[in-house]
Amino acid sequence: MRYLLLTACLGAAAMFAGGAQANDELQKMSQNPKDWVMPTGDYANTRYSHLKQINAGNVNKLQVAWTFSTGVLRGHEGGPLVVGDIMYLHGPFPNPVYALDLAHENKILWKYEPKQDPNVIPVMCCDTVNRGLAYADGKIFLHQADTTLVALDAKTGKVVWSAKNGDPSKGQTGTSAPMVVKDKVLVGISGGEFGVQCHVTAYDLKSGKQVWRAFSEGPDDQILVDPAATTELGKPVGKDSSLKTWQGDQWKIGGGCTWGWISYDPALNLFYYGSGNPSTWNPKQRPGDNKWSMTVWARNPDTGMAKWVYQMTPHDEWDFDGVNEMILADQNIGGTSRKTLVHFDRNGLGYTLDRTNGELLVAEKYDPKVNWTTGVDMNKSSPTYGRPKVVDQYSTEHNGEDHNTKGVCPAALGSKDEQPAAYSPDTGLFYVPTNHVCMDYEPFKVSYTAGQPYVGATLSMYPPQGESHMGNFIAWDGKTGKIVWSNKEQFSVWSGALATAGGVVFYGTLEGYLKAVDAKTGKELYKFKTPSGIIGNVMTYEHGGKQYVAILSGVGGWAGIGLAAGLTDPTAGLGAVGGYAGLRNYTALGGQLTVFALPGS
Amino acid sequence: MKHRLFATALAALTVAAGAGVVLADGSGDPAAVKNEDGKYYDKDGNPTYKIQSDGTVDWYTYSGYRRYHSECHVCHGPDGEGSTYAPGLKNSLKTMSYADFLGVVMGGRKNVNTAQENVMPAFGTNPNVACFVDDMFVYLRARANDAWGRVRPSKHEDKPAAATQAESSCMGGKS
Repeated sequence: MRYLLLTACLGAAAMFAGGAQANDELQKMSQNPKDWVMPTGDYANTRYSHLKQINAGNVNKLQVAWTFSTGVLRGHEGGPLVVGDIMYLHGPFPNPVYALDLAHENKILWKYEPKQDPNVIPVMCCDTVNRGLAYADGKIFLHQADTTLVALDAKTGKVVWSAKNGDPSKGQTGTSAPMVVKDKVLVGISGGEFGVQCHVTAYDLKSGKQVWRAFSEGPDDQILVDPAATTELGKPVGKDSSLKTWQGDQWKIGGGCTWGWISYDPALNLFYYGSGNPSTWNPKQRPGDNKWSMTVWARNPDTGMAKWVYQMTPHDEWDFDGVNEMILADQNIGGTSRKTLVHFDRNGLGYTLDRTNGELLVAEKYDPKVNWTTGVDMNKSSPTYGRPKVVDQYSTEHNGEDHNTKGVCPAALGSKDEQPAAYSPDTGLFYVPTNHVCMDYEPFKVSYTAGQPYVGATLSMYPPQGESHMGNFIAWDGKTGKIVWSNKEQFSVWSGALATAGGVVFYGTLEGYLKAVDAKTGKELYKFKTPSGIIGNVMTYEHGGKQYVAILSGVGGWAGIGLAAGLTDPTAGLGAVGGYAGLRNYTALGGQLTVFALPGS
Repeated sequence: MKHRLFATALAALTVAAGAGVVLADGSGDPAAVKNEDGKYYDKDGNPTYKIQSDGTVDWYTYSGYRRYHSECHVCHGPDGEGSTYAPGLKNSLKTMSYADFLGVVMGGRKNVNTAQENVMPAFGTNPNVACFVDDMFVYLRARANDAWGRVRPSKHEDKPAAATQAESSCMGGKS
């Protein structure tokens, strides 16, 4: 620990020497709407673009401008970066990276493809996805499936440095996009279904040297929490805040993985992310609140120390990972302008918090079908303040092992998974791609073996009773916690949204459509069917005076596993075939970028 | 549409029969001929399912359903139907023998070429899989033969004492 502290101090000192510069550079670049320099669009994770050449009046004239195949047939999550004349595009395992020259007919400037042991494939829960690249300081950063974090020279694709972030033989894998903050590259890790003690780690931008590592569960010096200064809902968390909530050494295989998105507020010097499900999926086997899984974290990027935490789903019983993006937006709540953080959790609740201190402002269901909870206790003087009130009928802890708890909404997929929402400051609304799926969940005892799945529950999924659509694309008011409009989709919407100053919101569908809708009303303005189902995130950029919209196709991810064959109909009798539409009747594997623009030069 | 489908299926059957390679089950005739402590075997001694006309399944089909949907479905999809990521085992067992199934589950398999990178891990050291490999086989065999549909078995025979004993000795007291 002393060593760690020393390193942290040195890191902080180095930051003043050169790192702050990188931060300024990136921040400035992210404000140029022609570029798309971060996987999340901007530090605030708004996925909003000021470009408006394509707008609600002309988006129906959109045409395909050019296409590009990644050469991989797997689930394609994330989206490309654009920095000046160059587009940087990634793919799923084996994780190729392409630099495309936008000034010369998108010619391949360089390609990087790491040599990785294919044994990492089966320890990647739910497909070999990768959520994208980061750029800073003339380098491109990639978190490979085998957890190697690699820095590539943005001009040549040559490896500048590489660091090992985990060990795939223990079920640790890399799927998330790195994020550069100041002089550090921040990166999470996957493996919640393999009993990994997950963490966020900071690497030095210049050298790739590890600066600090903050686990999601464990002793205070491992989770980088100050018992007196780190708060939850305004109160210090106290000593051993995580250890006290696990039985024995279970925190060592506790999960809490960190494979979602990272946002950053430069003025507060805090970055935000969520931790995932506690391992195993059998709640009976891990008594306690299992802190700090399922938690919103606010940390200082220089030291990694946590300023505040908020655990959304204490003692998870349904696999409701808390990893979804934290969108930073300043909103007027009850007549006061607040620096807020808005988060659409897997558990089906949309949270609005004060991001300066973690105060809970709003927690409401963003799918009316959510039934495992009656809501969050908002009474500040209540002993259960901030906790969700769990309905016994849908509590797999209450019903116990070897009992099939039926009809829980949402399913383990969550009302939303990693597919990020967008926020438009023009309308003040959040645009949220959602899943509309329920489940049966039966936990049972499992034993832990390093590098092997550690799941412990059987589940089957289906649309809410009496309905057949499995997704909605909604507009959400984060000030009040209300749905403003909602469009039905046949399948879960597993694509990250894009909002633009043109009054248009874009998203993809699992059948493969890129769709454009009116930001105010949700009215569909345009759609085009790309070669494969979409689980990627829409982005936009401007080149040569023209605005482009780009999306990765390539069906897969958890959506490709759960929905390919169609969901199970729990009410069907003996010998029934799938009761609901199967994705495989609509689309097949692919791996392609489709880029759209308006006709004419 | 239904008629056309039926005709196609019929044509396929005829072709297969003509070629003399009707392979509905890679382990041969699935009919249960022996019951040993609630575990059923076919005439070749391979584990098999026993499903009564009222939908009551044997313990191992039920247990296999549960274990499959915990350990296997995150790659192989619900109900053995397959995913964008891994083959549907419901179909695999139409040509794969019991011995081959055991070999792949325990030892893993790699199928890496220019078109695909499919890797199945070795589960031999994972008691949550290895101790229940027969259960999974029996369930998937029922799926392969369309003896069981895409639904959770609602009625099952009682858990045999032999299953409880085997489980506790195999899991090494961990369960």
